[in-house]
Amino acid sequence: MTDNADLAISVRGLTKRFGDKTVVDRFDMDVPRGSIYGFLGPNGSGKTTTIRMMCGLLVPDGGEGECLGYDILTQSRRIKEHVGYMTQRFSLYEDLTIRENLDFMARMFRLKDRTARVDKALDDLGLKDRADQLAGTLSGGWKQRMSLAACMLHEPRLLLLDEPTAGVDPKARRDFWDEIRRLSAKGVTVLVSTHYMDEAVQCDFIAYIAYGRRLISGPAGEIPNIIGLHTWQVEGGDISALEEELREDERVGQVARFGPVLHVSGTDQAALDEVAHEHIKRGTHKWTAREAGLEEAFIYLMAGARDNFAVPGGAQ
Amino acid sequence: MISLSFARFSAVLIKEFVQMRRDRVTFAMMIGIPVMQLLLFGYAINSDPKHLPTLVQMDDSGPITRAVLASMQTSDYFDFLGAVTGREEGDRALRDGTANFVVVIPQNFERDVLRGLSPDILLAADASDPTATSGAVAALTGIVDAAVAQSLTGARQPEPRPAAPFTVTVHRQFNPESETPINIVPGLLGVILSMTMVMITAVAIVRESERGTMEALLATPVRPLEVMFGKIIPYILVGYVQTAVFLLAARFLFDVPFLGSPLAFFIGFNLFIAVNLMVGFLISTVARSQMQAMQISFFTLLPTILLSGFLFPFAGMPGWAQAIGSAIPATHFLRITRKVMLKGAGLADIASDMAAIGAIAAVVIVISLSRYRQTLD
Repeated sequence: MTDNADLAISVRGLTKRFGDKTVVDRFDMDVPRGSIYGFLGPNGSGKTTTIRMMCGLLVPDGGEGECLGYDILTQSRRIKEHVGYMTQRFSLYEDLTIRENLDFMARMFRLKDRTARVDKALDDLGLKDRADQLAGTLSGGWKQRMSLAACMLHEPRLLLLDEPTAGVDPKARRDFWDEIRRLSAKGVTVLVSTHYMDEAVQCDFIAYIAYGRRLISGPAGEIPNIIGLHTWQVEGGDISALEEELREDERVGQVARFGPVLHVSGTDQAALDEVAHEHIKRGTHKWTAREAGLEEAFIYLMAGARDNFAVPGGAQ
Repeated sequence: MISLSFARFSAVLIKEFVQMRRDRVTFAMMIGIPVMQLLLFGYAINSDPKHLPTLVQMDDSGPITRAVLASMQTSDYFDFLGAVTGREEGDRALRDGTANFVVVIPQNFERDVLRGLSPDILLAADASDPTATSGAVAALTGIVDAAVAQSLTGARQPEPRPAAPFTVTVHRQFNPESETPINIVPGLLGVILSMTMVMITAVAIVRESERGTMEALLATPVRPLEVMFGKIIPYILVGYVQTAVFLLAARFLFDVPFLGSPLAFFIGFNLFIAVNLMVGFLISTVARSQMQAMQISFFTLLPTILLSGFLFPFAGMPGWAQAIGSAIPATHFLRITRKVMLKGAGLADIASDMAAIGAIAAVVIVISLSRYRQTLD
């Protein structure tokens, strides 16, 4: 506990097998207290399983770790008292109203001043007007708000959010993230798994998992460096034609378009620079070397996930 | 250190009641199914049917013949539609279902009876549905003997006494009037409780995991026992309501007596509800969806109806079927209800049946505990 006073989560060698399939394989993770920690990875990469092991819903087959200073193997009940877990799938009762759902959760945590706290949660998340609506009749955004309200009721010190914004419209997603940042500012640690780049860039730290193994982790700003990603920014001329051409070029790792601008990236700097200089000679477009951003890193990771993600760090 | 929280338990309980109230269809089913079954089984099913359409082929006539036919009519088993003139006409009527019976009074019947030659009355019966005709057939010999005896006595006496009304007695103990409801209604309670308790428990528990709500529930500090009790107790109450409805209907609609010890009944039926809930719980550990839970429950229902002695006599089944039947809780509960309600049994009389249910429960508990998951894996 003393060693990990600054860490909300610290796990080593976490392993989970379902049958003969190893879903999470020797997973390590350190989540600093008060941070927003992004948990990235393709579908089926083991994010959900990892989160479930951290809050005691699944028993790991191997490994050890602490969550809020409690042993994840033996003290899952204590962990549950201080952790708010928002499941990927809506997991409240559709045939209860919002208020009934929150009230039920408040009872589960044996909260004092139950009614007052439920009222406050309804207020905080703007659910007051819909308090007596059945949860099943809510749209995705409202359901997700209500889920957040439910897992915040007992004022947890750690929030585990498993793809909280899947299937939610952009406006609701922004509102949701405003709420997350507000909570983080109050000192709540947030571990959030996501598919979305605009969410990834909001995180202080990022871990990337594929095939149940952690491939990359670190402060969000350092991720491109860790990957070893190099980027050229290209603008001007017929950008669409160039985009086509670059996509065909084997020396280019990836091409991302941001409006009239292309970000051309790759992990093999020499090869990439070669392409850049050829094009600079042509003089049709303006090529500028720039530092790879988190966007590129994210696209790189997500693209690699489909092809070749077993190679850590993107070594070619 | 296990400390169950009453607050959490009651929260689950309240939630379960609210959900039950909102789920009108299921709620209606829980009360509607037993009532409907009771009415259907009680009123519609009759394994000793009466007023069966009958034709008569009179190749002879006389006072004895008339007495025989009159007493058959009086027995209520046979309703005479009319007469046929030959064998063929009678066969046709049996074939097309106009009549279930054709009674053939042979030629010289009167004379042969008086001579003591004991002539045969032929009763051609449509035996394609043995249940429909067996009661009447069984009763016939008695009817005819009595009628013949009566007529003979009358014929030998100068002044024939007026034919005394007589009833046919099919001697069946505990159900002297051979009324099917009295046999079937007490057994029906076992079937109704098996059906609803097992299915509803299994479905209610599987619903939590199917809808994903189990995950949120398990992420709270709630203990599995609190969830189980909170979820199951509402359905125990449903079982009580069903039993109450059932007992009232049995008493007032079907005049089924309740001769035995209410205490014995109460204990037996609680034990039976408990074992059904456990079976439902066991099914919920196997089923992955509510649909599966429902299908497995129905799967268990079939032997409950067929092999428990509810529809067919237990003693009449082959050994292997009896063995399967003995493993079904309803078989033993059926004996308890019949013994207590119809035979006036007390606690001591049903001890062996309760022990059997207890043994089944023990096996079910062991299996379900070995399958029970406290976590999501």
